[in-house]
Amino acid sequence: MKIAIASGKGGTGKTTLAVNLALAAGAPVCLLDCDVEAPNAHLFLKATPAHERVVTIPIPVVDEALCDGCGLCSQFCAFNAIVSFGTVPVIAPEMCHGCGGCMRVCPQKAIREIDNRIGVVETLHAGDLTLVQGRLDIGVALAPPLIHAVKKEASGDLIIMDAPPGTSCPVLATLREVDFVLLVTEPTPFGLNDLRLAVEVVRELGLPFGVVINRASDQDSYVRPYLEEEKITLLAEIPDDRRIAQAYAKGEPLIHALPDYQPLFKKLFQTLCEAA
Amino acid sequence: MKIAFTTTGQDLAAPMDLRFGRAAKFLVFDTDTKTSVLIDNTHADASQGAGIKAAETIVKAGATTLVTGDCGPKAFNALKQAGVKIYSAKAMTVADALEALLAQKLSEITSA
Repeated sequence: MKIAIASGKGGTGKTTLAVNLALAAGAPVCLLDCDVEAPNAHLFLKATPAHERVVTIPIPVVDEALCDGCGLCSQFCAFNAIVSFGTVPVIAPEMCHGCGGCMRVCPQKAIREIDNRIGVVETLHAGDLTLVQGRLDIGVALAPPLIHAVKKEASGDLIIMDAPPGTSCPVLATLREVDFVLLVTEPTPFGLNDLRLAVEVVRELGLPFGVVINRASDQDSYVRPYLEEEKITLLAEIPDDRRIAQAYAKGEPLIHALPDYQPLFKKLFQTLCEAA
Repeated sequence: MKIAFTTTGQDLAAPMDLRFGRAAKFLVFDTDTKTSVLIDNTHADASQGAGIKAAETIVKAGATTLVTGDCGPKAFNALKQAGVKIYSAKAMTVADALEALLAQKLSEITSA
């Protein structure tokens, strides 16, 4: 079973939900930190590093002796990463998505590929919990291939994924082929706006989903009315409790620092198991 | 010699567009025939690589000199590869920039 925690808006509680659900599972679990631009689930787990793998994507190099400057590579590239002026093409490796198209269309067979490092996938252990996280190299903009590498490294029957914020390619790379998406939001105009966008994404992907409201308050005139109107399942509400922020600031998992929240997370985990 | 200018307008009287890759249009002026050709920047809204495509556009139009506001490192490298000289001209019309270039009053951009 694969459950992804996503949000649209950043800072709503994806990592809090993902870490505490993993800890509440009471079974061997694989937690994937797919926010490869800023992985932070490890901050809440005293996990021991087990191994690390370098992730690369193929980028083109041109054999100047074979290239006749026809420019077909340049016409093909949808990402403007290779461009020809009737001479040997100029390559911008940081824009290349590694699709290999330029190599295929080159009539002179002047293009070959070399591996270009984009980051690492790290595996760590904390008891029954295996944490797999991607770490994109500084200056690299291409998150999806690293996210795919993180997902490939997953093991076991129960996989919980901490998605990146937003609704763009890295989020789609995370959400594809999951069994259930938990969208976490906060009862603010920004939380609602980005929740709407995230709901559009998961509906487009045809994935079952439900919502958790974090920092919930009784005066929520934003998210609750929207969920009712759209007939979206409200899975749980985590109250706006100062003690949660204090535990977070100390890097302590919520359900360890505040055991009174254990029932909430165990029940939420059970609900997800039934829904997925 | 053909000189490419980045512009927001239609002719020599129009203001310069200070962006290169995201410029609205390129006006290519031929100093031999004293005629100019206007080219739309079809890649102005590209999600990435607009500067590189802009370089390709003006080189294909035969320009060997570019006058613009600024250009980014990727466009700069592409233009250098093609042997295009780049000059910076700010807050003036295309005609003023042309005059300043021919009077050697514009500074060449030699690094990105």
